[in-house]
Amino acid sequence: MSSQQIPEDNLPVVQETAHGAVERSDDPFADPGLPAHQPRIQDLDERAAKRSERAVALMFTLSMLATVGFIASYVIFPVDKIVYIWPFGHVSALNFSLGLTLGAALFFIGAGAVHWARTLMSDVEVAAERHPIEATPEVKAQVMADFAAGAEESAIGRRKLIRNTMFGALALVPLSGVVLLRDLGPLPEKKLRKTLWAEGKQLINMNTMKPLRPEHITVGSLAFAMPEGLDPEAHDFQTQMGKAALMLVRIEPDDIKDKRQRDWAHEGIVAFSKVCTHVGCPISLYEQQTHHVLCPCHQSTFDLSDGARVIFGPAGHPLPQLRIGVNSEGNLEALGDFDEPVGAAFWERG
Amino acid sequence: MSTATTNPSAAEPASGRKAPAGERVADWADGRLGIYGLAKANMRKIFPDHWSFMLGEVCLYSFIIIILTGVYLTLFFQPSMGEIVYHGPYEPMQGIRMSEAYASTLKISFEVRGGLLVRQIHHWAALIFLAGMFVHMMRVFFTGAFRKPREINWMFGFLLFVLGMFTGFTGYSLPDDLLSGTGVRFTQGAILSVPIVGTYISMFLFGGEFPGHDFVARFYSIHILLLPGIMLGLLVAHLILVFYHKHTQFAGPGRTNKNVVGMPLLPVYMAKAGGFFFLVFGVIAAIAAIATINPIWAIGPYRVDQVSTGAQPDWYMGFAEGLVRVMPGWEINLWGHTLVLGVFIPLVAFGLVLGAIAMYPFIESWVTGDKREHHILDRPRNAPTRTAFGAAWITAYFVGLIGGGNDLWATHFHLSINAITWFVRIFFFLGPVIVFIVTKRICLGLQRRDRDKVLHGRESGLIKRLPHGEFVEVHEPLSPGQLHTLTAHEQYRPVELGPEVDENGVKRKISPVQKLRAKLSKGYYGEGNQIPKATPEEYKEISEGHGHH
Repeated sequence: MSSQQIPEDNLPVVQETAHGAVERSDDPFADPGLPAHQPRIQDLDERAAKRSERAVALMFTLSMLATVGFIASYVIFPVDKIVYIWPFGHVSALNFSLGLTLGAALFFIGAGAVHWARTLMSDVEVAAERHPIEATPEVKAQVMADFAAGAEESAIGRRKLIRNTMFGALALVPLSGVVLLRDLGPLPEKKLRKTLWAEGKQLINMNTMKPLRPEHITVGSLAFAMPEGLDPEAHDFQTQMGKAALMLVRIEPDDIKDKRQRDWAHEGIVAFSKVCTHVGCPISLYEQQTHHVLCPCHQSTFDLSDGARVIFGPAGHPLPQLRIGVNSEGNLEALGDFDEPVGAAFWERG
Repeated sequence: MSTATTNPSAAEPASGRKAPAGERVADWADGRLGIYGLAKANMRKIFPDHWSFMLGEVCLYSFIIIILTGVYLTLFFQPSMGEIVYHGPYEPMQGIRMSEAYASTLKISFEVRGGLLVRQIHHWAALIFLAGMFVHMMRVFFTGAFRKPREINWMFGFLLFVLGMFTGFTGYSLPDDLLSGTGVRFTQGAILSVPIVGTYISMFLFGGEFPGHDFVARFYSIHILLLPGIMLGLLVAHLILVFYHKHTQFAGPGRTNKNVVGMPLLPVYMAKAGGFFFLVFGVIAAIAAIATINPIWAIGPYRVDQVSTGAQPDWYMGFAEGLVRVMPGWEINLWGHTLVLGVFIPLVAFGLVLGAIAMYPFIESWVTGDKREHHILDRPRNAPTRTAFGAAWITAYFVGLIGGGNDLWATHFHLSINAITWFVRIFFFLGPVIVFIVTKRICLGLQRRDRDKVLHGRESGLIKRLPHGEFVEVHEPLSPGQLHTLTAHEQYRPVELGPEVDENGVKRKISPVQKLRAKLSKGYYGEGNQIPKATPEEYKEISEGHGHH
C-alpha cells in the first residue's frame, strides 16, 4: 500500500489533553478528566452490602441445589421416558430435567459472580497508560544491527551456492507430502460418464423390488427404478444409485414435444435420470398436469414433456434420458446406458 | 538469577517464619515459569467496559463449550460409513439400513443418558459461536476497532469466522442423516464445477465416487482435529494480541488515545468475565433442554436417491446456498470442456464477499494514509462511509440468506418462488447500493444532531413563553464531559492531488492509482460526506453572543 505521499498536515489534529488536567481552559471542548467516582448504595450502607452478600450467596446455593437436582434427574428418569410439558409438548423427561438443572447450576454461578462484581467489588475506574506498539528508533537500530551481524556471520549473502541449494531443498521437500495425498482417491477417468445401466438390464421398481412392467406406470404417477442386479445390501449400492437412480412417468405420446424423447420412450413411458443436473440432489416432486419435476434442494424445474429441459432454477442442462423398451417377458428394460453423464456438470463433461 | 551466589530461599525468610503454602507454590512456579513477571504485567490489567465488548466473550465461551461437549461426543460417536441394520430402542428405525455413524448418533440421542443434551448443547453452541463471531466482527467493524495496530487481529478473527463455518459444516455432516447427506452431495456438486481440477478434488476428497465409504471418517478428522486445532492456535493468538494491544475504548472524559480507563482484571473482570462464561453455558444448556436441534431421528439415514423438501443448511451457510439457488444455470461448452458458471460463479462470489470485509481495514488505511495508532473507537455515525459500506455488506449477506431459504419464504409467506428468485437476483446488487446511500444519510443526520446538541444544548422538553409571547423550548447546555465526548472524534480532510502542472508549468504525472485514491478520499471525507463538527469558536460565539434558548 503506497501511501507515503500523504502530507502529515492532512491528518486531523489530535486534541492533546493530559489525563485529568485541563490544559487549555479556553477550549470549551477540552477533556475535563475522569469524572468523580459515584458511590453505590453498597459503598455507603453496610446493610445494603450485606443484602448483596446474601443475594450472591443465595445464587451460589441455588447452583449447588441445581447440581444435586441434575444428579437426581440422572438417577430418577429413565432415558426413554417421554412427558408432556406445556408449552414445549412431548419431551424427553431426562433431557428436559438434565438441561434445566445444568443450566441453572451454571447460570447461578455466573449470576452470583457478576452480581458480586457489580455490587461489592470496587467500581472505581482506573486509568493505565498505553505505550506505543512500535519500537523506539534505538531498539530498531539495535535489531537491524544484530540481524546484519547474524546474517554476516552466516555468510548467507556471500555464499550464494549454499543459499540457493538450501532454498531448492526447502522448496522441494513439501512435495513429498503432496505426493502422499495421491492415494486419497482414484483418478476420475470415465467414472462419472458411466452408470450401471446397459442394454437388456430390466428396470427394478424401488418400492416392490420387482421388475417394472408398462402397465404399472399409469398416467400421472411417478415411479422410481434401479437397474437389475443392484443389491440394496451391496457395498457400493449408494455409489451406484448416486448415478443410476431413475424416474419414470407416462405421458400421452402426442403430448411429448421432443421427437427423440418420443422415440426413446415406450408407449409414452419416459425414463429420466433422477439425479439433478445442478449439483446432484435426487429429484422427487412431480406436477402431473404439466409434467414438470422439481428438485427440492434448489428448485430446478424440468419439463418432462419437452426433453426434460430446464424451465426454472439454477440447473444448466436437461436431465439425461434413458432409452427403454420391453423385453420378451413384458418387463421394461434399458436399451443402453445414458448417452451423456448424469448429475452435476464438470469440466471434462463436454 | 542475576548472580551465581546462592539466593536465600524466598520461602524461608531470615526471620525463620515459613511463608504460607500458596506463596510457596507460587515461588516454586515462579522459579521455573517466571509467573511473577507475568502477573505483574497482567493481574491488575485495566479493561474498559462497554456492553458490546462482551460479544467477543460469547464467542470465546461458546468455543470452549463446543470443545468440552465435542470431546464427550467423540467417546460415543462411530465415524464409520459401514452399514448395519438398526435394532436399537428407537422403534421407527427398526430394521432400517444405516451407517454406523447414523446409528451411533441415534445411540447418543436415545441410549446414552444425557447424550442428547450434550449433542444439543454442542450444536446450539456452534450456532451461537458463529452468530457471536458475526456480530462481534460487526462491532469491531462499525467502531473502527480494526485500525492500526489491530489489522492483523482482524485477520485472525476473520479466519476464525471462516474456519468456524467449515468446522460447522463438517460437524453437522457427520451423523450421515438425510439432510446433511444432501448438503454433502451439494458440496460435491459444487466441487465438480471447479474448472480443470474439480473432478480430481471430488475423487480425492470422497475416496472415489460420491458418496463412497470415506467421507464421514475424513470429515471427522477434519472436524475434531485439523480445523479446531488451527482455530485454537488462532484464538490464543487473538487473545494475546488483545492483551498486548490493550483494549480499545470509546471517547469520554478522561479517556484518551494514550490511556485505557476501566477496572482491573483482578478482581472485577475475573468475576465478570468468568461469571459470564457460566451465564453463557447455563443459557445454552437451558436452550438445549427445551429446544430440539437437528432431530436426525426424524430425518432418517442418508440415501443418495432420497431427499426431503425444505432442506436448509445451518444459518451461516445460508448465504452461500442463496447465491447458488438464484444463479442462472449458465454452462459454457467449448472444445470438449464444460465451464459450469452457474455453480462456479456463486462459489467465487462467496469468497469475494467474505474477502471484501476481510480486506477492508487495509483499503481504509490506504485511503486515509493514516499511520497512527487508534485506540479510541469511532461512533458509527462519525465514519459515515465505513458504516454505509458495512451496512451494504450486511444487506448483501442477508439478501443471499433470503435466497438460501427461497422455498421456505415461498411456502410460509405464500409467495411465488420465481418472484423471490428475481428479488434476490436484483437486490443482491441493488440492495447494498440503496442501503449504502440511506445509511450514509442517516449518519450525516446524526452528525448534524450532535453538532446542534453541542452548540445549542439538549432539548429539555420545557416550553417557555417569552415576554413578547413567543414560545420556545428550553435547551439545557451540555456538561463539559458531554461536550468533550461529542467533539472528540477526528475528522480527516480529503487527499488533494495538487495542481496539474508544477511550478515550471510542466504537467505533473499523476498515476491512476493516485487519482482513484483521491476520489475515494473525497467520497469518504469530502464536502457533504461528513458534517464539520462544532468548533470552540462557534460554540463561544453562540453561548456568549446571544445566550441559550
